Amino acid sequence: MNRKLLSAPFVFWSALFILVPLGMVFYYGLTDRTGAFTLGNIAAIATPEHSKALWEALKLSIASTVICLLLAYPLAMILCNMSTSRESFIVLIFVLPMWMNFLLRTLAWQTLLEKTGVINSILQALHLPSLNIINTPAAIILGMVYNFLPFMVLPIYNVLVKIDPNVINAARDLGANSLQTFVKITLPLSIPGVISGITMVFVPALTTFVISKILGGSKILLIGNVIEQEFTQTGNWHLGSGLSIVLMLFIIFNMVISAVTDRDMETGK
Amino acid sequence: MLRITARRIYIGLIFLFLYAPIVTLIVLSFNASRTRAKWGGFTLKWYIELFGNAVIMQALWNTLSIALLSALAATLIGTITCIAMQKMKRRNRTILMGITNIPMLNAEIVTGISLMLLFISLGVRFGFLTILLAHITFNIPYVILSVMPRVRQLNPHTYEAALDLGATHMQAFFKVIFPDILPGVLSGFLMAFTMSLDDFIITHFTKGPGIDTLSTKIYTEVKKGIKPEMYALSAIIFVSVLLLLFLVNHTPRSRKKTD
Amino acid sequence: MKNTLVNLVHISKSFDGQLILDDLNLYIRENEFLTLLGPSGCGKTTTLRILGGFEKPDKGQVIFQGQDITNVPPNKRNLNTVFQKYALFSHMDVAENIAFGLKIKNKTKSYIDDKIKYALKLVNLDGYEHRSPDSLSGGQQQRIAIARAIVNEPKLLLLDEPLGALDLKLRQDMQYELIRLKNELGITFIYVTHDQEEALTMSDTIVVMNQGYIQQIGSPERIYNEPENAFVADFIGDSNILGATMIRDHLVEILGYRFSCVDEGFGEHKPVDVVIRPEDVELVEPSLGTLQGKVTHLIFKGVHYEMEVTAGGFEWLVHSTKMYEVGSQVGIRVDPFNIQIMNKPASEDEEAVGVNE
Repeated sequence: MNRKLLSAPFVFWSALFILVPLGMVFYYGLTDRTGAFTLGNIAAIATPEHSKALWEALKLSIASTVICLLLAYPLAMILCNMSTSRESFIVLIFVLPMWMNFLLRTLAWQTLLEKTGVINSILQALHLPSLNIINTPAAIILGMVYNFLPFMVLPIYNVLVKIDPNVINAARDLGANSLQTFVKITLPLSIPGVISGITMVFVPALTTFVISKILGGSKILLIGNVIEQEFTQTGNWHLGSGLSIVLMLFIIFNMVISAVTDRDMETGK
Repeated sequence: MLRITARRIYIGLIFLFLYAPIVTLIVLSFNASRTRAKWGGFTLKWYIELFGNAVIMQALWNTLSIALLSALAATLIGTITCIAMQKMKRRNRTILMGITNIPMLNAEIVTGISLMLLFISLGVRFGFLTILLAHITFNIPYVILSVMPRVRQLNPHTYEAALDLGATHMQAFFKVIFPDILPGVLSGFLMAFTMSLDDFIITHFTKGPGIDTLSTKIYTEVKKGIKPEMYALSAIIFVSVLLLLFLVNHTPRSRKKTD
Repeated sequence: MKNTLVNLVHISKSFDGQLILDDLNLYIRENEFLTLLGPSGCGKTTTLRILGGFEKPDKGQVIFQGQDITNVPPNKRNLNTVFQKYALFSHMDVAENIAFGLKIKNKTKSYIDDKIKYALKLVNLDGYEHRSPDSLSGGQQQRIAIARAIVNEPKLLLLDEPLGALDLKLRQDMQYELIRLKNELGITFIYVTHDQEEALTMSDTIVVMNQGYIQQIGSPERIYNEPENAFVADFIGDSNILGATMIRDHLVEILGYRFSCVDEGFGEHKPVDVVIRPEDVELVEPSLGTLQGKVTHLIFKGVHYEMEVTAGGFEWLVHSTKMYEVGSQVGIRVDPFNIQIMNKPASEDEEAVGVNE
């Protein structure tokens, strides 16, 4: 029996459900309703309404990616230094929350952040100024960080945990203090994890329409919201596909960066 | 000592951040008031009404059956793909892995609309089947990524040793290879199940008007106001999974294994 | 007598409640090649890590050049380590690896460049400056790890099983290389290994360790020829270890047969352990032997034959250039000088009692 034949189901499946659908997005994006070729759907990104939504999405997703990175890196380091129960810890931060529905969790932040919500009640009781970020970009960033933080922690943890502790010891042995060791050894060695973490957070943050809808109070339209509306409300699939192609350009750009760093790692080995 | 305290505080804050909404939801499930904004006293009403709510129960049934079926199908396809890939030429393997990565790296919204466009042009009626096909599609990569490392770690000689000792290819696979990759297969299955359970975006684009999963049900309720029964249901699911995890982690057998 | 460079004083260390080192005392002289030898878990690596500063002892002090450095962090110690599996920085090329310590110390560029050249020449890898560590073979990586350590001109070089990952031939080459390096550099080496042959080949002094205790300290010849207890005798080379009775000075009874020996001071009619190296067992005509037996196994080993002889109810291991067929009757004789008498441990616990030089 040829073992290679076992890949047939997946080859067939991925052609039908991954490649063909992607091709259809391109087909719809590059044609108009009559089926004639056009770049109009892609050029539509330049209209003020769409470019504002894209710009808004870029700003918020970059901000949340940076915040995720700053929060996740120390967490991943702490995780690495834990001698026991690392795995159950990862399950606790990564898998378990997913069993509480994603939409409900995001909705819960509404309850927490509202003007008379839980956080403000606590702040009031402590005689601290209240926090009014619900329905602002800040609330959307918070929602993004909340939902995507684990996607940053895990890749960074995975590279950090593979660093031979003796490499760190060697740097110390050669005279480097803790800070120098971190800057010159730990950080450069963890770059592949950081890059893949950035990809894992940036893409869903850039393209979300749910978080902005729930925490942005439908005042703030992101590019994801525009595309979703084109498909479920306006019904202009051609325009929606065109805008998706623009979105994919950013994703492909992101993928290329991560592929290049990945290859550097491979050849580096 | 100071360092350890700082670490504990940091972890504590992250936990607070990740679990504050979950605790909030659980508290809300006991809230007698129908609105989320105010506390109207403790009640178990929603838990009782939940089981009488046919709409929610149907959504739960849809969610669980789609999660289970899609995870099973993805596990089967993903696992045999990994085994096949090991024997492939490097170039073909790289191409296949690249395709595997597309649904993982691509935006969910794009995966969702692309499948929607596919089903429309194939003329498939939107409903249970389309959701299931979509979920299998995005679940396969999770299985492959979790099984692949195990397959790579396999000692190629154990399979040959089994053949040498008189096993058929089938026996060699099920008695030698499969037990070795089983942990990866199981974690892939669990990952797929969880992902399917939590998915909203792709379901949103591939479901038909007559069918709802918990996610899409909640989404349509966002504007009208969430039914408190939904909180009760989520609380039940979350607490049962928590208990399950606790039990698995504290049975003596699995303890030994992790050592 | 050379000066003492390092002194380990009453060092104890335990992990998770398990005692790894118990009241260890050891001094290392300047310019010495000292090897810590023992089975895994004997505490040798822990001792090295305490010296390097990667572990703090629970009790005791590390004195280096007369100063207590017990609480000095590794980056402030004037010593360097060659790690197990090399621990090279994979994101830097060879030159950057070697320059690492010097850059930290803000040395000038020309000084660093000179040092890199010198170090690469020393380890026979000139021209490898811009190679990536991952593109090098195990033996080459090992040399870079050594170069990286010695450019910092440490007083003391710690080597943690540095040859463990290399194959046999390469390992033997590197042993000579290390001896040459040590002589050229004129610094002190502390070397950790579980390979007794490696220890015998390279060291000035061997410290045999077991279960957190020092079993014997001595020159390779002394450790081999005059093991102080059964553990050392068994761990170093092949040997016949037998229970015996010391009748009086210069006379020992083994398996009921009396052998003359050169040891004295063990008392009269005292139970002792006796070690006889297989190459010291002489096989002769039955009538000429102290006791008689029969050859049960025979293997050709190249330089000699290895035989097993059953005599007096004991399986004797014998190395000899003369071959006796399996089944042949032989006599066993041992030169008095080759019988090594050791005190019997009074109890199971005392099997690992510290012995001073």
